[in-house]
Amino acid sequence: MAHAGHDDIQSHVKTYYMVFGTLMVLTCITVGVSYLHLSIPLAVTVALIVATIKGSLVALYFMHLIDEKKVIYWVLALTVVFFVFMMSVPFFTNSDKIPGTAVGTVW
Amino acid sequence: MEIPYTVEARPDTGLSNGKLGVWLFLGSEVMLFAALFSSYILLRVGSEHWPHGSEELSVPLAFFNTVVLISSSVTMVMAWASLKMNDFSKFRLHLGLTILLACTFLVVKFFEYEHHLVAGEGPWHNTYYAIYFTMTGLHGLHIVGGVIVNSYLWGPGAKMWQREKERFTNRIEIAGLYWHFVDLVWIFLFPVLYLL
Repeated sequence: MAHAGHDDIQSHVKTYYMVFGTLMVLTCITVGVSYLHLSIPLAVTVALIVATIKGSLVALYFMHLIDEKKVIYWVLALTVVFFVFMMSVPFFTNSDKIPGTAVGTVW
Repeated sequence: MEIPYTVEARPDTGLSNGKLGVWLFLGSEVMLFAALFSSYILLRVGSEHWPHGSEELSVPLAFFNTVVLISSSVTMVMAWASLKMNDFSKFRLHLGLTILLACTFLVVKFFEYEHHLVAGEGPWHNTYYAIYFTMTGLHGLHIVGGVIVNSYLWGPGAKMWQREKERFTNRIEIAGLYWHFVDLVWIFLFPVLYLL
């Protein structure tokens, strides 16, 4: 991407505006779905799926991850491993049972 | 002494040092926010009662801010694209709009904070407000940081364009990567704090 030519950039500009439109539509969907008063697990699932699609669009097109060098993918892969571990920590607490106390459940 | 690999790619990574550096920095930033999101999950599942975001916070204001921040991401990438097309005046326009949109976001956030603080709903009010102020406050500080860097690149830093065009374009790309990350974090903060 760093060495893209003038014509390449002009075609990218069209993509940027298309991504912008998609992000706006998805933002409206996120807010619209919240007014449907879905059950918490379903609402969380829908909100996170839409947010993940939006985040992916930003990362792929605005941050040019769709066309990057391998070393960046490796850096991000390592980040994802630690990220997944970090997000799993609250779920580990669910199995951290103390004898004689009530066991909570996640969600 | 000349700083190496500011424009040309390093033979081993295929990237300029600045670009690799900012991606490593963003990796650490992901972990910083991951710790807060993880804390949010722990606090939420561990509490007997958790308020619905839309009952406590203003969804229309947050929706407006989401539109503002996404728009600023587009203007940021357009600032970079303008430099690649050798159009400095359009670059100035787009980066200026990015800064303006970022300031709009901060002003809206200020009024949102003020409303809650006047109503006695500060971080001390309950766990929900504590995590809300922590996460949005840290995100807001990132916005302030981005505004400072972008303002420098729009103003005095732009002189570099006269003598080192490619190096300046790389700087804008790197500043853009940071800015898009800040936008990306908000994309997750918005539904998590305001809509669930």
